[in-house]
Amino acid sequence: MADHRSMSEDELRARTRALLDEAHPEQVEAIPFRQAQYDHGLAWVHFPEGYGGLNLSPKMNVIVQDEILEHSKISHGMPAASIIGIGMGAPVVLTYGTEEMKKSMLPKIFTGEEIWCQLFSEPSAGSDVAGLATSAVRDGDDWILNGQKVWTTVAHLSRWGMLLARTDPDVPKHDGLSYFVLDMQAPGVDVRPLYQITGEAEFNEVFMTDVRIPHDRMLGKEGQGWRVAITTLMNERVAIGGGGSKRKGGGTISQLLELWNDRNKNAHSAGQEALLRDRVTRSYIDQELLRLTAQRARVTQQAGNPGPEGSVAKLAQAEMMKRLWELAIDILGNDGLAYEAGYELRQQASGIDTTEGLAKYQFLRSRANSIEGGTSEIMRNILGERVLGLPGEPRVDKKIAWKEVARS
Amino acid sequence: MAIDFTFTDEHEELRATLRAFLKEKSDEAAVREQMATERGYDPDVWEQMAGQMGLAGLIIPEEFGGAGYTYVELLVVMEEMGRSLLCAPYLGTAVLATNALLHCVDETTRKELLVGIAAGETIATVAHAESNGRWDLAGVEMRAEKGEGGFTLSGRKCWVLDGHTADVLLVVARHEAGLSLFRVDADATGLERTLVPSLDITRKLAQLDFNETPADLVSAGDQTDALQRVLALTVAALAAEQVGGAQMCLETATEYAKTRLQFGRPIGSYQAIKHKCADMLVEVEFAKSAAYAACFSAAGNEEDFLETAALAKAYCSEAYFHAAAENIQIHGGMGFTWELPVHLYFKRAKSSELFLGDAAYHRERLADLVGI
Repeated sequence: MADHRSMSEDELRARTRALLDEAHPEQVEAIPFRQAQYDHGLAWVHFPEGYGGLNLSPKMNVIVQDEILEHSKISHGMPAASIIGIGMGAPVVLTYGTEEMKKSMLPKIFTGEEIWCQLFSEPSAGSDVAGLATSAVRDGDDWILNGQKVWTTVAHLSRWGMLLARTDPDVPKHDGLSYFVLDMQAPGVDVRPLYQITGEAEFNEVFMTDVRIPHDRMLGKEGQGWRVAITTLMNERVAIGGGGSKRKGGGTISQLLELWNDRNKNAHSAGQEALLRDRVTRSYIDQELLRLTAQRARVTQQAGNPGPEGSVAKLAQAEMMKRLWELAIDILGNDGLAYEAGYELRQQASGIDTTEGLAKYQFLRSRANSIEGGTSEIMRNILGERVLGLPGEPRVDKKIAWKEVARS
Repeated sequence: MAIDFTFTDEHEELRATLRAFLKEKSDEAAVREQMATERGYDPDVWEQMAGQMGLAGLIIPEEFGGAGYTYVELLVVMEEMGRSLLCAPYLGTAVLATNALLHCVDETTRKELLVGIAAGETIATVAHAESNGRWDLAGVEMRAEKGEGGFTLSGRKCWVLDGHTADVLLVVARHEAGLSLFRVDADATGLERTLVPSLDITRKLAQLDFNETPADLVSAGDQTDALQRVLALTVAALAAEQVGGAQMCLETATEYAKTRLQFGRPIGSYQAIKHKCADMLVEVEFAKSAAYAACFSAAGNEEDFLETAALAKAYCSEAYFHAAAENIQIHGGMGFTWELPVHLYFKRAKSSELFLGDAAYHRERLADLVGI
């Protein structure tokens, strides 16, 4: 196997151009193009050779993307519904999957032919995911699943699900979990849309009744599911954080400023106007600092000594976004009483929110910012304990069998 | 242009050297000793800092005997000084007056005074605010009178950094050329300098009363834009100082939360306290982004520097005050005592917030600059 560790940026660019010579996005469809990209090791350049990668640093992935965009008007970039599979499914299959799984699943994740979802959260296990109750009971070469998952993005489109289930209720909660790859088309899997505050369903509920899952679809060993899940969750934080515009005044703040410039100037007194203007300026500062802090995090990361600036982003962004959209409605004044789009219950086609969105929609949708991917309260615990080194709360569920723990 | 935010090994070395020096020369006992004096600083420590370590001339070009460094080095220095609550005429002399000399005055005066400052021999300051309560330059009402023997100044200047000890005062006043700078030496006739009993006694402020005091005009033409830049440069450095103080409050509060036991466990294990600390951490990190952006922007002479400086002063002022206030709360009763240094940071935080315009003032400036 050739050693690509020393491959320079120029060599990687040349390799990307070789891909474009063979399959140009302007001439071939997305799936064959992405298959060719995978075959050239340009899917995840930090993955091993033969699995869509070249053993390079993850930082070099951006070079491939830049080079494609440089030479093509069409990029055939990541399909929206594939974000979970590409960001979280692929790394976990690569680390824990069998050779057969890697060979058959990785290319289809990358091309978007097979969508993946994540089956962790449950109605009784939100922040405390490790307390989940879905059971898996061994039966010959199979496991039999029973339980309910919730907040499952793209489950209705998914071919595979990353599932965490309880295989041993008699040990403390973290020790009794195992990790499976669930065939979403298996009998007994029932996916239903979960309508939310806006009337749309970005997420699903997944019910499992006597679902059979072969033992060889277990990732990692029996009882080691939590460790495998951590790999997935770490990748989720990377996928959710690090947002924000890279350009000054770009992104969300430009929407707010547009709203401010178009406001009904007769609706407010001079005093109210001054207060609103101050709040708009505060939001401008918030968004600038999100952008600058992300920039600072990239610099310290590249220097090899990542500081706390990276871990504060999720908490700050969630709270700042909520404030910004609350302000947007206040700028609208009486117009904020109307919700023109209405609340027709509906499921989004891709299952992923990609709308730039109206202020009123964002006002409602942004409430989830401080809940999804770790509530702000959990993020404050993490910052307090892992970054500042403060002691944890006394835990009543750590040393006793899961089945003895009080649950809602 | 994107701000780079890179600190080199040399910057880290500067930080380490300074932290060690200040730990020895500006520990709590030293701060308490100096804040109780009228002068407000230890001349021996100033002599070492300014003369031997070259800190007074940090941003002064080498041709005037300075170190010729940029605002990136200055931000490191300010952060460390803020952290230790150093009592010294640094902000007034090495930042405010130095920038005024670099940007506003004639070459002869610039050279003479910068050489003195860089050598640690001259303490200088700028007097612009008056008793009308305004920080903006349009609020300057003092007019210089031109007589046979030159210009004279009459009236009052307020909140002048180290105004009672400075050797040289650069006074902002109007005359026919517009807003100008006048040099008044400490021993000028008709000058009365009064130390103001300040909220933050680690930073000395003075009131200056002029009564037909002879003054040399040392600038040519209207200096409004140049002085605006000088004030922005000063608040950028002050923002870095605020960050140093805020970081110290965060560290002190966190340390106390780990060691103070109530109801059988450390108070930092309770979410009520832990979440306060986490929020302080977020604000301190964002304050760093703001202050660093302003100082890197100053160093790179970026087009949007004025905006970045206003943003930094607005955000860092509130972040520091919040950190200092929470530091008291987390320390409980002890946080309210004279014995612990917690109140010194609280007072420094509020006074830095008000000095040269509070957060709301700078948000309004920012709004004007970016067209909100």
